[in-house]
Amino acid sequence: MNLRHSLQLRHVDAGSCNGCEIEIGSVFGPVYDAERIGARLVASPRHADALLVTGPVTHNMASPLERTYLAMPEPRLVIALGDCARDCGVFSGGYAVAGAVADVVPVDLEIPGCPPHPDEIVSALRRFTNR
Amino acid sequence: MNLASLLVGAVQLALVVLGGPLLLGLMRVVRSRLEGRVGPPVSQPWRDIAKLARKQRTRPSESSWIFAVAPLVLVATAATVAVLAPLVTLAPPLASSTDFIAVIFVLLVGSVALALAALDTATAFGGMGASRALTIGALVEPALLVAVLALSMPLHSTNLIAIVANGSRHASTLLGPSHLLALCSFIVVILAESGRLPVDNPSTHLELTMIYEALILEYSGPDLAAVTLGESMRLAIWLGLFVNLVAPVGIAATAHPLALVVGLVALTLKVVVVGIVVAIFEVTTAKLRLFRLPELLAGGFILAVLGVVTGAVMR
Repeated sequence: MNLRHSLQLRHVDAGSCNGCEIEIGSVFGPVYDAERIGARLVASPRHADALLVTGPVTHNMASPLERTYLAMPEPRLVIALGDCARDCGVFSGGYAVAGAVADVVPVDLEIPGCPPHPDEIVSALRRFTNR
Repeated sequence: MNLASLLVGAVQLALVVLGGPLLLGLMRVVRSRLEGRVGPPVSQPWRDIAKLARKQRTRPSESSWIFAVAPLVLVATAATVAVLAPLVTLAPPLASSTDFIAVIFVLLVGSVALALAALDTATAFGGMGASRALTIGALVEPALLVAVLALSMPLHSTNLIAIVANGSRHASTLLGPSHLLALCSFIVVILAESGRLPVDNPSTHLELTMIYEALILEYSGPDLAAVTLGESMRLAIWLGLFVNLVAPVGIAATAHPLALVVGLVALTLKVVVVGIVVAIFEVTTAKLRLFRLPELLAGGFILAVLGVVTGAVMR
C-alpha cells in the first residue's frame, strides 16, 4: 500500500502517563506541524491508516485496543509510540499491565523514547508519507 | 437541450469535481498559515481521496442498503446541481426550468441521505449527529426559502438562471436593500449548510461537539472518499451560487468558447476570494454553543423576512 503524502492516524491511549500525549500534541502544533507532511489525526478508526498506540497495555484497554485495530480498514499499520508501548518501560510488571503493544496487536513501527522527541515522531511518520 | 449546453454542463461539472477538493485544501492552508503553521499542501484533499479510494470498504454489521447508497446520493445530487446551476455560464442545460427551490431541495436530498445513513449505523454518535444535522437543517431551510422569495420578487420568478441573469444585466438590482438582506441571510445559510464555523468545526476530533463529522464516523475507504468529494463539491456549489448572486461579473451569457473561458476564470477567482474570506473568518471566531445556534439561524431568517418586506414596500 502506497501511503505517499497521506497518512491518517488514530491515537489510542492504552494506559499511558500522558507524557507521550503532550509530545503528540506538539507534533501537530505550530513548531513541528506534521500536517505539512500529510499526516492528520482522525476521529474514527474507520478513517485511519495507522494506529498510534501509547503506554503499556493495561488489562482494561487490551480489548478496546484490539477492537480498534479490527475496526480499521485494510491495509492497516500499528505504530507503538514511546518506551512503555515497546516494552512496558517503568510500568513493567505492574499489577494492571497486560503487556506491551506487540503482545496485543501486530506492531509495524516502534518509536523509542520516554517520551520521544517530537522531531523523532515526525521523522518516523515520514517513513510512511515519504515527504 | 442542445449539444452546446450539454458541453457547458460537462465543463461546470468538471470544474466543481476537480475544484471542490482544492477549495477545501486552500481553506485549510489559509487557516494553517493564520495559526502560524505551514499546513498541508493545497492538493491534500485530493491525495486523501486517491488513497481512500484504494483502501478496504468496511460496513457496520447492522447497516442496510441505505448506508451503502448514501455517499452515491450525496455525490449524485451535488453533480446534478453542478451541471444545472448558473456557475460558469447563464446557458447550462435545461436553463428554462432550473428552479431555485428545486436546486435547494436536490441538495437537501443529499444531506438527508447522509443523516439517514448515520442513523442506519445504529451507533450512539451516528444518531446524535443525525439529530443535530436535521435540527439545523430544519432551521436553515425556512431562512433559505424566504431568502429565495426575496430574490425572486423583482422578476416574479424563482428561476435561478433568470435571477442571476437579471443581476448581470441590471447591476442596480444587486445594490437594492431587498437583494442585500437576502444575501446576508444566504451567508448564514451557507455557513450552516456546509458545516463551517461558527456552526460546526470541520477539523474537530471531539465526538461530543461534532455535527457533520459525526455522520460519517463509520464510513471508510471508497465510501469515505465519495463523502469527502461530495461534501467539497457542495461547498464549491454554495460558494459559487453565492458569488454569482452577489456579483455575476464575467459569467458567460452564451455557450461561446471564449466567453466560457472568461466565465471559468471569473468564477474561480471569485470563489477563491470568498473561500479565503470564510477561512479567515473561521480562524477569528469560536464555535457557537449548540443551544445558541437557533439564535444565529433565526437571525438569518429575520434578515430574509426583512428582505421580502423591503422588496414589497419599495415596489
